Amino acid sequence: MKGTFQRKYLGIPYALYLLVFVIMPLIVIVKYAFTDASGRPGIGNFINFFTDPNTLGTLVYSLFLAFATTMICLLIAYPAAYCLAMSKISSKGAILMLMIMPMWINFTLRITALKELLTMIEGNLALHPFANSVIGMTYDFLPFMILPIYNQISRIDKSLLEAASDLGADQVQAFLRVLLPLSMPGVISGISMVFLPAMTNYVVLDMLYNSTYIMGSLIGSYFSAYDWHGGSTISLILLVIICIFTLVVGGDEGEKNVRGGSVL
Amino acid sequence: MKKKSIVTPLVLLIVLLLIYAPILILAFYSFTDASTIGQKAVFSLQNYVTLFTTPELAEMIRGTLLLAVGVAVLSTILGTLGALGSFYSKPAATSVYRIVNQVPVVNADVVTGFSVCILLVIVFGINKDTFFPLVAGQTVICAPFVYLSVYPKLGQMDPFIYEAALDLGASPSVAVRKVVIPQIMPGIVSGFVMAVTLSLDDYFVATYTKPASFDTISTYVVNATRGSQTDIKTALWALSTVIFAIVLIICIGMNRSTSNKDKKKANKMRRANA
Repeated sequence: MKGTFQRKYLGIPYALYLLVFVIMPLIVIVKYAFTDASGRPGIGNFINFFTDPNTLGTLVYSLFLAFATTMICLLIAYPAAYCLAMSKISSKGAILMLMIMPMWINFTLRITALKELLTMIEGNLALHPFANSVIGMTYDFLPFMILPIYNQISRIDKSLLEAASDLGADQVQAFLRVLLPLSMPGVISGISMVFLPAMTNYVVLDMLYNSTYIMGSLIGSYFSAYDWHGGSTISLILLVIICIFTLVVGGDEGEKNVRGGSVL
Repeated sequence: MKKKSIVTPLVLLIVLLLIYAPILILAFYSFTDASTIGQKAVFSLQNYVTLFTTPELAEMIRGTLLLAVGVAVLSTILGTLGALGSFYSKPAATSVYRIVNQVPVVNADVVTGFSVCILLVIVFGINKDTFFPLVAGQTVICAPFVYLSVYPKLGQMDPFIYEAALDLGASPSVAVRKVVIPQIMPGIVSGFVMAVTLSLDDYFVATYTKPASFDTISTYVVNATRGSQTDIKTALWALSTVIFAIVLIICIGMNRSTSNKDKKKANKMRRANA
């Protein structure tokens, strides 16, 4: 038996695991999405989804919410990452760690903290559901936007900026035409870390006493109603959105470091 | 240039304030008898007494930690084996591993939790009380990150060391254990830590697959915000503060050790140059 050991065989347990717990659930989702409660195949679930103004409205609302969240995250994260990466202060590592640290504090506790603060400021949280959702999502996902942008900017060769100014570019031009394009991979991987969770993380909304629905909430409510077909339909629609998004945005590159792996 | 020197610290300060204001304000009020923040309040350790003496809370915290460690161990074993196997497979097989491994990474956790629950509980009829769906489900979101942190370490390794071990008479399995594993250890360790933090942070997989009587910190906190028990609600402020303090201490420790390492490296280089 000793002679038959090959290193590639080590992967067998993980391959089986992926087959059973990643591939098979997807197959089951597809099967449930394309059958109705009595098990008859068809596309009725999708027709229901796209003709019901409520569910269709939820889809549009979640896309809009995710877009707004992503933009605001970018507006805060880019200057922060830029300032940190370009500064010459010695405690860079410590400040980066402070910005990333919330990733490692349970998000439900962080949202609890945010909820208490917002309640103090606003009084009744239910009055501003959209604003609160955006604030909550931004608060939750901001570190995931800062880290990839910071990593990308600090990888850029700074002598390119000097070259730009030697060639007559002012600071604004050097930023817009050299630094910004070179930092785009970081921006893109940040967007891909924020946009999809912002469409689905309905707990943030629930905890902020929100009655608005996003795509994730639909899965939650179908689940509570034991409607596996409805839940699977939403899941499949989300999967298609994720696929399109991944294809358009591209980057699975850098994704690996985004959850704080590069800091650890 | 002078203008920049004010702007940079200001931006960093504002962002850090945005991030930490809620946590710090909550931490402040966790040491008072207030039931909502902003209220006039007196110093009190009642929340911490409740946190550490309520059996329900203690059990929930112990359960969450045990689950996180268990899931992380399982994920580390599976992810490391997967990285090894895929690294030494043919390119086509490697890319299949990579693509399937990427699915839970890019997928929404709601979808992962829901689909694993449907497969295991509805199709296979496995009882949630066995903890099997919960552990298997959380491993789905953790193991891919172990794979991703181990795989690059294999690429950085000198492949001839393994060959040398074989030439010196080690069997392939001994060579993997004694030569390859030690070299990729940093990747395995950071994968393990990541798996622990992912499990601790998970809400969606847990809520769809956990036994009804079991709660993780996430599911417990979410239920508590819906509930009306004020003493539990404010005890969770204390929990948030304790976790914040622990994470802060770990981060400071890590920062110290990396800057020490950098210093040592710099010293070594200086000595080498001299």
